Amino acid sequence: MRTTFFILILLCFFQNLHSQIQVKGKVWEFRNEKDNIPLEDANVYYAESTVGTTTDVSGNFSIPFRADLKKLVISSVGFRSDTIMANRPNMGNIVLYPIVELEEIILEKRVAPLQKSLFTAQNVVTVNSREMLKAACCNLSESFETNPSVDVNVSDAILGAKQIQMLGLNSPYLMFTQENMPAIRGASQVFGLSFIPGSWIESIQITKGAGSVLNGFESISGHINSELVKPLTDKRFFWNMYANNFERYEFNSRLNYNITDELGFGLNIHGNLRNGYVDENGDSFLDTPLGKQINLMNRWQYMNPENGWVGYVNIQWLSDKKELGQLDFDVDTDRGTTNAWGSEINTSRLDVSAKLGYVFPDLPYQSFGFQTAYSSHLQDSFYGLNLYDIDHQSFYTNLIFNSIIGSTQHKFKTGLSVTYDNFDELVNISVYNRTDSSLGAFLEYTFDNLEGLSFVAGLRADTHNNLGNFLTPRFHLRYSLWDKASLRTSFGRGKRGANIFAENQQLFASSRQLVIDDSQNGNYYDLNPETAWNYGVSFIQKLYLWDRVMDFSIDFYRTTFINQIIVDWENPREISFYNLDGNSYSNSLQVDLNYELLQDFRIRATYKYFDVKVDYNNGTLDKPLQPSNRFFTNLNYETLMNDRGQWRFDFTANWLGSQRLPDTSSNPIEFQQPLRSPSYVLINAQITKVFSKKFEVYIGGENINNFTQDNPILSANDPFGPYFDSTILYGPVLEAAYYAGFRYKI
Amino acid sequence: MKKTTLILMIVLLGLNLGYSQEKSKSKSFEVKGNCWMCKNRIEKTAIKMKGVKFASWNVETKQLKVIIDERKCSVSDVQKKIASVGHDTGEFASPKEVYDNLPACCQYRNPESSQMDHGKH
Repeated sequence: MRTTFFILILLCFFQNLHSQIQVKGKVWEFRNEKDNIPLEDANVYYAESTVGTTTDVSGNFSIPFRADLKKLVISSVGFRSDTIMANRPNMGNIVLYPIVELEEIILEKRVAPLQKSLFTAQNVVTVNSREMLKAACCNLSESFETNPSVDVNVSDAILGAKQIQMLGLNSPYLMFTQENMPAIRGASQVFGLSFIPGSWIESIQITKGAGSVLNGFESISGHINSELVKPLTDKRFFWNMYANNFERYEFNSRLNYNITDELGFGLNIHGNLRNGYVDENGDSFLDTPLGKQINLMNRWQYMNPENGWVGYVNIQWLSDKKELGQLDFDVDTDRGTTNAWGSEINTSRLDVSAKLGYVFPDLPYQSFGFQTAYSSHLQDSFYGLNLYDIDHQSFYTNLIFNSIIGSTQHKFKTGLSVTYDNFDELVNISVYNRTDSSLGAFLEYTFDNLEGLSFVAGLRADTHNNLGNFLTPRFHLRYSLWDKASLRTSFGRGKRGANIFAENQQLFASSRQLVIDDSQNGNYYDLNPETAWNYGVSFIQKLYLWDRVMDFSIDFYRTTFINQIIVDWENPREISFYNLDGNSYSNSLQVDLNYELLQDFRIRATYKYFDVKVDYNNGTLDKPLQPSNRFFTNLNYETLMNDRGQWRFDFTANWLGSQRLPDTSSNPIEFQQPLRSPSYVLINAQITKVFSKKFEVYIGGENINNFTQDNPILSANDPFGPYFDSTILYGPVLEAAYYAGFRYKI
Repeated sequence: MKKTTLILMIVLLGLNLGYSQEKSKSKSFEVKGNCWMCKNRIEKTAIKMKGVKFASWNVETKQLKVIIDERKCSVSDVQKKIASVGHDTGEFASPKEVYDNLPACCQYRNPESSQMDHGKH
């Protein structure tokens, strides 16, 4: 009874508010910094309503408060409109900015460099080329440094290869595709990300959780697709040079020519040189490898919207050489001896691929696509006295047919794929040969009721010489809870055979003994293949706060292994591989907030929590070198582009919580690592000055707070002794690096 | 393997050519409207009808392209339905009470409505 009375009073109060309160404010016209003048006759109205007024001679307005209509739009011809929340009686001063820029520039500004879609069924983040400019360097692995969905780790002290992780799982459990064809797998798993120069990439799509059945059965924790720049639409000429204080130099160039409106070709050239003999920590080992790479791509594109045909042909060739180890190692005199520890990794690779697509001109929803790719990857390497060579030939082809059932509310994709992989490996004195071949068929159905519910259900059936016959289900669902909010859920299964040496090459840079369990008699180095289920749920809300978009998202994913090849580093004198006996799972939670705090000043903040546990032969442990907590923030400020150009400022900080380190307690005390790493922060920053649409210059720093790991290499002064180990790396080895570069494009 | 794929492709192609001549008729006509909210409303209304396979309305040209199965519905069925949710098209005018309920920026009969800010809601 009392409550009712109370509510009644409250209602009366609101009623009063309704009838009496006026929202007031004053509208100004922007003139330089301080000389704003009142704007007469500006329109002030509630969005999506007819309630409105105009400002008087001195720019003042007064409009009745309406609880049901919240967004107030202020507009005037020749000015950029502003929308504000009418949530207080006095709105104060509102400044309208004149439209001076060309319309297309304003449109360009509105597209955020990191796009989270509300409408796709999958949890996809699209990263465009502008986002990748935030990390000036230089290849695909480094382009994720400003992106919170993907964790970039340094894999080991001397290789210096950056590895990425998603949902607490290493990159072999991720599927990489380049223009939707599998890439960076098998022999190129560890170094492959550094074989795709950043400046060739147009955009990256990161899908969390189970991928699509179209691209195969291997993806478990996610799918990363990179789209390269297209000859017909790319700039005619692009040139970029980069150098840093550790004598790392990069050269990138793209040249495009359109023979007709429908046919064009592009020539992409990349070269890099790492020439600095750096040993800041004085352990006699290089802190960063020496390297040389030449990477060439020729690309042909045909596109004819009239007859519906689209085609691509790509040829890529690269040669990459890395040298690492002790400063005084000389390959000519010291190879195969114990004079000094050194290593060389030589890779040459050829990729040829073609795509053909046809869209039925009178049926825009119906098309078919054909993709085929061949690659040859040759790596010859030695690590101290260890030899490792791998030769991987791969062939892939996929045929997809797209159409609808009844209407475009019901779409489907179906097709066939054929894969063939041949591996020849030499590990010291052992030879391993393996051929994988598979034939698969897939069907994916997409439903969209246009009211906020959509789902994608996919199933593929494969027959594989080593994995057997199996089904791969994948499912993604999206539901709009309310305005600008989406709830997603997904599940899926993935299956793969592991290339244990190629995926864990850092093991060769240690004195650890190799132990492979041969009791299973499986098809992969006597081991059985890996199978896992992935489940996820995510929520995203976009809000319109003070005329600026804020998005908030939270997601949780769990990966449960049915079988896994465990890489066991827990005995410091051994590395052992065996199949999972028990449980292995990874839980990951991520919370994101993106907001434009002030005009053109954006903040992105992320917190991540990981719980990754594995049943080893000697008990259940957290996965080593995996922080439980991570915090990420990126601040970005861009001035408006005008005749004098533009400034762009970028700041990224990564905080990594403490990581469990592999057990070294059975080593003598001087060759032990602590049980856990300290937590630490990594800070990167960059400033870009755009002089014109053609020319820009950038400078920046990585790890500018200068955090490095103590004692990254165990037994560095006795690299041929039993305790030598460079595999336990939780932080950077290289000190702060400063770089400068320019980009020229026509 | 290759041969099977080729045959499959040809069969699929053949099936669809047969399909398109009989049951997939492409038509374009003008539908009055302003903004992308209108676009959503128009396309959603059309695609939910039995026999409509594809609908796309161009905000600039005001042309609605539909692909329909003529045995199941006709262009005037589609136009009638679209008019019933507020958008004048062909010989069908939208009832005033439906039109008046459209958001202000979608009220295309008011010449000032097209100048409203459409992008922000």
